[in-house]
Amino acid sequence: MLLHQLAHEQRTFWRSREAAIFIFIFPLLLYTLLGSVYSDEIEINGISVPSADILLAGLFGYGAANTAFGGLAIILVGRREVGILKRLRSTPLPPVTYIAAVLSSTLLIFALQAIALVLLGRFVFDASAPANWLGFVGAVVLGVACFAGLGVGAASLIRSAEGVSAVVNVVLLPMAFLSGSFGPREDYPGVLAAIADVLPLTYFLDIVNGVYLDGESLFADPKALGVVIAWGAAGLVIALTRFSWMPRER
Amino acid sequence: MTTAIVANDLHKSYDGVEALRGVSFEVQAGEVFGLLGPNGAGKTTTVEILEGYRTRDSGEVTVLGHDPAAAPRALRERIGVVLQQSEFTPHLTVREVHRLFAGYYEHPRDVDEVVQLVGLEEKRDARVKTLSGGQKRRLDLGVALVGDPDLVFLDEPTTGFDPAARRTAWDLIRTLRSLGKTILLTTHYLDEAQQLADRVAVIQAGRIVSLGTPAELIGTAHKAEIRFEMNGEPVVVQTEDPTLTLHELTSEALANGRRLEHLEVRRPSLEDVYLDLVGGEENAE
Repeated sequence: MLLHQLAHEQRTFWRSREAAIFIFIFPLLLYTLLGSVYSDEIEINGISVPSADILLAGLFGYGAANTAFGGLAIILVGRREVGILKRLRSTPLPPVTYIAAVLSSTLLIFALQAIALVLLGRFVFDASAPANWLGFVGAVVLGVACFAGLGVGAASLIRSAEGVSAVVNVVLLPMAFLSGSFGPREDYPGVLAAIADVLPLTYFLDIVNGVYLDGESLFADPKALGVVIAWGAAGLVIALTRFSWMPRER
Repeated sequence: MTTAIVANDLHKSYDGVEALRGVSFEVQAGEVFGLLGPNGAGKTTTVEILEGYRTRDSGEVTVLGHDPAAAPRALRERIGVVLQQSEFTPHLTVREVHRLFAGYYEHPRDVDEVVQLVGLEEKRDARVKTLSGGQKRRLDLGVALVGDPDLVFLDEPTTGFDPAARRTAWDLIRTLRSLGKTILLTTHYLDEAQQLADRVAVIQAGRIVSLGTPAELIGTAHKAEIRFEMNGEPVVVQTEDPTLTLHELTSEALANGRRLEHLEVRRPSLEDVYLDLVGGEENAE
């Protein structure tokens, strides 16, 4: 039944042009644009790193947040408000199976996106391949887990299908900018840097940079890992206490 | 005959407002049971407790031998639900939606058979977003039937339909009945209850105010009315025996050389009974 539902989730995702473009194509498009603008080398903490590499890591982080946080919140709120979730609750499909199918579908989409980013980086911008492949795969799973927790949490708090895209983008784009997805954040003024210091994407990007550029282990920076997991868990707690299968009363 | 649904003294409040104040009824297997009442009377709350969407504050409920509050999978295998408002993913075709839901059940009906049963065979490969409102409701019904349920909940199945679409929907519901399904139907249309339901419960302000066959409700609650004008003044006489009363009135008038102007005899309709039970102002939305 999990595979049945997963196949359905995939079919629905790729047939929905808006979702496929917003979630799948957008990070690739941003990488192409930013990769064309930034030149050669970027200096981080006194070390020169090819801009194609640092942007690839940045957009990998943005992609995780966009797919798992933004994508899930939009899908779940939309389905809840038109009664799809309510309808499902009256069928024998176990809720756990449904959630598992939606999450594996998200993971699959992001894994494909990560592969597309790496290929785009390799063949168009001459970026490096991940230094630690296993760690990179782990980062895919970690990113989806953390941001999916936040996505389901956000879906539990957002009340209307009309508002969900706005809320998601108002959160997502500034977060990506502050955390350094679109370029290095070394020269940000103190206030912005202070905000960035609490965001999950900042720490997720530290981990991604570690495994992708320096070949470090996924567990090399316990503090960063802890912050990322804590954010995901916070989202999960909100989801467990506030998630509803029913549309909001109109 | 076995009992499909037992509801006994159901109570439910939302934020201190009592939505149900002791609702009790039973539905027999194979029966079409109508829950009739104005908006806000407690129809949907009652049905959603039976479907397992809401929990009751107190009272007892058994649906096909299960307590719906626990929503056991064994129960969900055997019920079909048509919600007042629901949509499906617009990018799927009619058959794909049916196939998706069929995959949730242990013993689903044949998808093409269900599509045909609800009259969507010509639209079976059309995407959901291209369907008309009436076709979407039929899709709704098809999805409720694809698991081959014993009990089908229909929450206001024809609200917003034009008269022709309502007739089609009624035929469909009669077809379900002939398949031996038990049907719990909520509606605020009297003619719908009268046409389809074997028994009707009238619900008003969280209580069942009347319960019986449509004929019983009409027969017991009301007398016939004889109306006429005398000396320009309207006169209304209520009687349980219109033949006798009419004879007396006309004999007396003829004997005195008078005429009963605008004479008419009215039998009460279910609508009169209903308006009487729920109060006229409730219906004026």
